[in-house]
Formats: sequence, C-alpha cells, structure tokens
Amino acid sequence: MARFQATDAFHVRETPSELLPFRFARHGSDNFLVSNMVGDFVSLTGDELVRLVDLRLAPGDGLYEKAYQNHLISRQGQKAQQQILAMRLRSRMAFLRQPSQLHIFVVSLRCEHSCPYCQVSRQSTDKSRYDMSESTANQALKIALESPSSRIKIEFQGGEPLLNFPLIEKIVHVAKSEGARIGKKIDFVITSNLALLDENILAFCKAHDVLLSTSLDGPAVLHNKNRPRPGGNSHELAVKGIRRAQEVLGKERVGALMTTTEASLNQVEEIIDEYVTLELDGIFLRPLSPYGFAVKTKQFHRYDANEWLEFYERGLRYILDLNHNGLQFFEFYASLVLKRMLSDKPIGYVDLRSPAGIGLGALVYNYDGKVFASDEGRMLAEMGDNTFELGHVGDATYRSLVLSEKLIDLISSSLTQCAPECSDCVFESHCGADPVYHHATQNDAVGLKPFSEFCARQKGVMGLLVRLLQESPRDAAILRQWGGM
Amino acid sequence: MLALYGTAAELRGFDLNQAPHVARVRSGATGPENIADTVLLRSTKEIEPAVNAGFTAAILLSDGEASELSGLNAFSRLMVLPKRFDYLAEGDILGVQPKTRKFRTLYRRASKHNSFLVTERCNHYCLMCSQPPRDIDDRWILDEIRASIPLMDRETRSFAFTGGEPLLDWQDFISILKDCRDLLPNTSVHVLTNGRAFARSEIVSKWTGVHHPNLSVGIPLYSSVDHIHDYVVQARGAFDETVLGILKLKDQRQRVEIRVVLHAATAPRIRETCQWLARNLPFVDHVALMGLENTGFALANQDVLWIDPVDYADGLAEGVDILAAAKVHVSVYNLQRCLLKKSVWPYAVQSISDWKNGYVEQCDVCIEKPRCSGFFTSGRPRQSRGISSILST
Repeated sequence: MARFQATDAFHVRETPSELLPFRFARHGSDNFLVSNMVGDFVSLTGDELVRLVDLRLAPGDGLYEKAYQNHLISRQGQKAQQQILAMRLRSRMAFLRQPSQLHIFVVSLRCEHSCPYCQVSRQSTDKSRYDMSESTANQALKIALESPSSRIKIEFQGGEPLLNFPLIEKIVHVAKSEGARIGKKIDFVITSNLALLDENILAFCKAHDVLLSTSLDGPAVLHNKNRPRPGGNSHELAVKGIRRAQEVLGKERVGALMTTTEASLNQVEEIIDEYVTLELDGIFLRPLSPYGFAVKTKQFHRYDANEWLEFYERGLRYILDLNHNGLQFFEFYASLVLKRMLSDKPIGYVDLRSPAGIGLGALVYNYDGKVFASDEGRMLAEMGDNTFELGHVGDATYRSLVLSEKLIDLISSSLTQCAPECSDCVFESHCGADPVYHHATQNDAVGLKPFSEFCARQKGVMGLLVRLLQESPRDAAILRQWGGM
Repeated sequence: MLALYGTAAELRGFDLNQAPHVARVRSGATGPENIADTVLLRSTKEIEPAVNAGFTAAILLSDGEASELSGLNAFSRLMVLPKRFDYLAEGDILGVQPKTRKFRTLYRRASKHNSFLVTERCNHYCLMCSQPPRDIDDRWILDEIRASIPLMDRETRSFAFTGGEPLLDWQDFISILKDCRDLLPNTSVHVLTNGRAFARSEIVSKWTGVHHPNLSVGIPLYSSVDHIHDYVVQARGAFDETVLGILKLKDQRQRVEIRVVLHAATAPRIRETCQWLARNLPFVDHVALMGLENTGFALANQDVLWIDPVDYADGLAEGVDILAAAKVHVSVYNLQRCLLKKSVWPYAVQSISDWKNGYVEQCDVCIEKPRCSGFFTSGRPRQSRGISSILST
C-alpha cells in the first residue's frame, strides 16, 4: 500500500496561482470584506488581503483554501474556476433576456386622498383632464404587447386607479384576448388605496386573476396622519379592503406596501404588528423617495439615511425574532437582496439592477399618453423635469422607445459595473444603478456616491445582512431560507 | 451477507475457449424462452419435470458429488454450484467463465440494488476505495453486460453501473446505455463515475445523444479546494476535470448527483464544501453525503481517514441546512441517527444497499431504530463514541 501519496504531493507548488477579479472594503478594525466576481463574500484580515494580492499563499496554509473556494484565485492551466464564474455571471444577468416585463398604466391621476408624501396625484373631479382615454390605453397596450418577453405584467396605477375602473376592465379584456392570440402570458395588478373597493371590483379581480397591491403605513393613527382623506378613515378602509380581498381572492392575492415617514421612525414594531395582525406574509420596509410632493412638502429631508437604517435594523431584528418564535414572516427588501447574495437567480427587480431597469425593466404609460422610463420618471415630469420621458403612445413603438438615444445614454452612463465608486464596491454584484434617483437628487444619472443616500442605505442594509449571515448563526438560518425562496 | 461470486464445483458442456457465458436462472415452472435460460435444480426430484419442460441447461445446487446422477445427462450444459447460492431465483443472471469455473451473480431480479461492475480499472486511486482498482485487461466484462441486458426483467425499477471507472472505454459503455434505452425503457440507470471524462465535450455530446429517458450519473466531489480533492482521489488535476465535467453535463440538462464521502480528509471541511455546492452547483439533482464504509483501501488508510462522526456533526448539520435552504435535494447516508443533529434527521436515509442495516446492542431499546441507517455489516465497522440509545425525542 506504499502507493498512496501524502497530502503535499498534490500541492503542486510549481504551478503558480493566479488572481481572479475581486472587490473589497474595510469591515471592522482589522477585517476586510472581500467579494468575488459574482458577489460571494469572505472576510479576510488585513495581512491576509495583502498576501492574497501579492499571491504569497500556498496550498495547506489556510489562506489558499479560503481564496480558492471563494473564487479569488485559480491555478495556471485550470479552467473550472473561470468556467464557474462565467456560468454564474451568465445566470445572474439572464434577466436581460426578458426585457420590459413591467408595464405601468396610469389610468387616472385623480385621487380622493391627499397624502403629503404623495408623488403625483391630483384632487380633481375633472375626468377629461386627468383620466386616461380609451384610445390612449389601446395605443399603450399595443406597445406593451410588442415587448419581447414571453410574460409581462400590467400594473394599474394612479392617482387612484379605481376612479377609472371601467377603463381597467376594458384594458384587461383586450389584453387577455390579444395576449392569447400572440402567445404572451399577462399578469395584472391594481395598485390602489382600496377605499373605493366594492364587490363588483372584487368579482372582476377574481374572474381575471388580478392581484391587488395597497398602501398600509402602520397603525391607524400613523396611517391616517400619513394618508389624509375626507372623513379621516383611510386606515379603516384599507384594513377593511385587505380583509375582504383576502376572503374573496385568497391571502396570496393581496399585498401591502408601507412608506416610512418621520412619524414612523420610532414605531417600527407597531407597524410590523399591524401587518402580522392582518395575516400578511411580510412587509417591505421602504424609505421615502425624493419625488413629487414629497419634495414640495419637504417630507423627504425629515430623516437621513442613518436614521432610516436604524429604523430598518430595528425592524429587521424584530421580524427575525418573530421568526424565531415560529411565525414565518418576511422583510421583503432583505429577501430580495438575500436572493441576490445567496443565489444566482436572475433578479430583475427594476430598482436594483445594472443595466438599470428604466425602460429595459419597465415602461410607464401616463394618463396623457406620455411614455416614461420609470414610475419615478413620470413623477419628475410632474415637477417639470422631462429627462425620463421617452415619447408618446401616439407615435411610438416598443423599439423606438427602448432603443431611443435618450434611454441608451441614461442606461449606459449609469452602469455600476463601471461607474466610479460602484465598480470597485464590495456590494456591486447585488446593487443596482438608480439613474432616476441620482438625477433627481444630484442632477446627474451617475451621481457622486459618497453624497448619495441611496448608496448609504444600500451599503447599510447589505452590510447588516452580511454581518448577520457571518456572525449570527441563528439569524443566518432564517435569512438563508428567505434567500432560497 | 450474500455471496455474489464463487467457483463452480463442476462445469459440463461448456466450450473452454468460449468468451464468458451468461445464464439466466429459471425455476422450471415454465419452459425456456431464451438460449441462456438455465433451470435451477434444488433436488433430484426436479430433474425430470425440467427435462420435460424442454430445458437443456441446468444448475444444480450441491455441496457433494451430485453430478454423477444419471438423470443429469439429459442436459447439454450443467453447472454445479455450492449450496450457499440457494438464494438464486427465477430471473437472476449469472456470468460464468468456463476456463476458470469462476462465476458471479450479475443481477438478482428481487433486489432493488443491482449494480454491474463495468471494469476494475480506474484513473483514480481513492484513499477509501471500497473496490480497489486493478490494472488488468477486463474488457470482456462489457461483453458480459451486453449479453445480460436483454435477459433482465423489463419491470426492473433501477440498477447501477459501477467500477473502476466505467467511462474508460466510453464508446463501448455508451453503446450499452443505448441497449438499456431500447431494451429496458422503464428502468432507471445510475452510473457511478469520477466524471473526468465529461470534461471532454465530445463525450458529453455522445452521452446526451443517447436520449435515455431515465439516466443519471453519480460523481464524487470531495472538496471545494483542488488539492484536497486530488489528494483524496490520488490524482493530480482531477478536481478541475471533474468540476468541468459536471458543468458540461448540467449545461446539457443531464441528471447529476454529487457524492461526498465523509472521512478525516473531507469531513472537517464539510460545511465549506456544502456551502460551495449550494453557491456554485445548486442545479445538481442530488447531493449525497455519505458516512465512510470501512472496507477496501479504507482499512489500509485508517490512520489518515478515521474521524469520529460526532466530531463533524455540527459542520454536517450546518452544511445540510445551507444546502436545504438553497433548495438543493440533499440526503445523508450511512450515519446512525444518534450521531446526527436532529435537524439532519429528515435528510438521513435509512439504507442504500443490502449489506447495510446491522445493529448493535444499544440499538435494541432505541426508539429511532426503525428509521436508522444502522451499520455496515461488511468490512470492519468502527464504532463512534457517540453511539447511544435514543429513548425519547
């Protein structure tokens, strides 16, 4: 049996190691977070990082093994390390193969709410002025159906889209028959405050598999403060609407979104409890966006990224505790980021991808027929900034919109893969270009990232998740489940 | 434990220069359907009915000089086999080498765990190999398998091809897979290979071209680090080729199972290995984490291979959790429940082979015994200090 060779016979020290691309950031006093080309994380000490960069490592020394299994190095003559990275990168970017899956129809800009953080809506009874016409809807639908994805989602937005429900019915009918004719699967969702929800609308949603998405900011006092309407009963109507929709459509067919205002900051637990009580399966802890009335009414600058991150972390920890106590409940933003950190599923979430999701991920058809590259883009237009206006349904085609010089410029100039501060950021693989945000806040699609609250929030959330994954096994077990969903 | 090979006491009517002969065992209840059909005689009383049924070949189970019996002259081919082979039954298949009188049970119709050894040759020399390779010309085995496939019961649920490395003669072997596809279309076939051949696109394309409806391949991968895998299989450059092979197979949507045998060279890093699999190969169809069978080379290498399973139980539990969370289908084999964290129990499989499922004294009162893998009854099992009765859960 002398034919067996010892471990070091396979170290093959004469074959040099080679560096593969990686990024790093300081993470604690003498620790660095290092990520490979597809965003797997590993912690190295300062000394280890320097040795890695100098390739002062060898099989058996521990650092070699750490670097090799994390695809930071390969060996001369080997192919598998690079092949794995190529395959995984291909998978991660595969969302590009299904372009423009989301089509937002702003069927009315009117709303009976008057929320100070609202981005666009109008209180008006002038239907002719703020409702989408049938001919505009048909032209928009024609463009939406031209997009090459085999499955698209049509989202009805407002204002309050239920104020123009007859148009929604017409669009759904035409879209379904046209979709069936050309072999395109179409999902529908109505984003509504549910105040106007009635049995007729619910029956329609049930018959046509339409999802409902609503706003719920938390307990009644907070919600009604954030979302005033005549009668001050927004919360009551939203809760009633959610319950009724759950009964008629099923629990998984209705979702809710919250927006964080200054008043939310000290009551994240109460906000989450509200969602738990309503038997919603999770919550999306969302910051305010710098668009529309949120800027005009000075809501936006009432708290900064750090305050929001504190709020977020408290909320996440509270949700993890709920899970430890046996309740399955998600924080959807964390889930999204974890899917990107722990799998190579092509996540084309429009706000968190590069190339950016403007146009390529979503198109917005405004009530007046103008087409925008994103929902936030049309909000900027309401403030007089037409940067993200791509054309008008009257004379545009899908190709003319998506291949417009304007869109190509905006997307290609904002790629995180090569933007300053992004291209060497340890979180690049999981982040996204947000040209609309940076245009809105810095008047530049790329923006200076050190001044970007988007960047600060992203780094904060991702840093927190990595820390929990690495240092808290009990939380990590829950977070891995979210990432695998 | 069943004896699966032996030497015939007597062979009559065989051409000594003939290539290996394949015989299918028949009970004699009905007549022969194939030239290979051979009646199994358990007593002299069965001779006459078998002759009347039209059998011209027979197996006699006897430990004495039974062949002098006059009635046996009616058979043109006769094998006298030791009585310990009385497990043989209708539909089983034997391979016989007339020159040496050696024979092997190739297939038992009633078994769920049939496997054909394709060759004893291998381009690996694994530290714990349970089937130590030999560098001999055994290409005749492929002929024996080719002759056996048409004789197998078409209702056979599944069987495996093992080695050695079955893909050393990949063209011949792949042609046998085509026979399986045509003759046993409802039978799933599992091939155990080190996967290195699949680093060649040509072989992957021939393999894929078989279009077998139910073919899978089991490939051992012992580490996420090149030199550790290469050490375990005692072959430089193996890791790179094996990983490339897996990628190429999955790129063609072939079914691939990854096998990790747990011992002192692999188990201390099992958490990292599982994490690596979950991140890099989550699309594989199954990951099998297997306790070491202390037999073959594993006995010679005990000093470098033995690790008490209780000493890697935590890493194993975390690894299984990571794979399960990534929605990878994972199973744990050959490890007793008392050595596993409870979180691993749902993934612990009771047994994969006939020669396992032995139990020790502590098992008598253990309430988990009916769900436990038990111990290997082959080789020289080594007992963990963690073996104990589970009295409540």
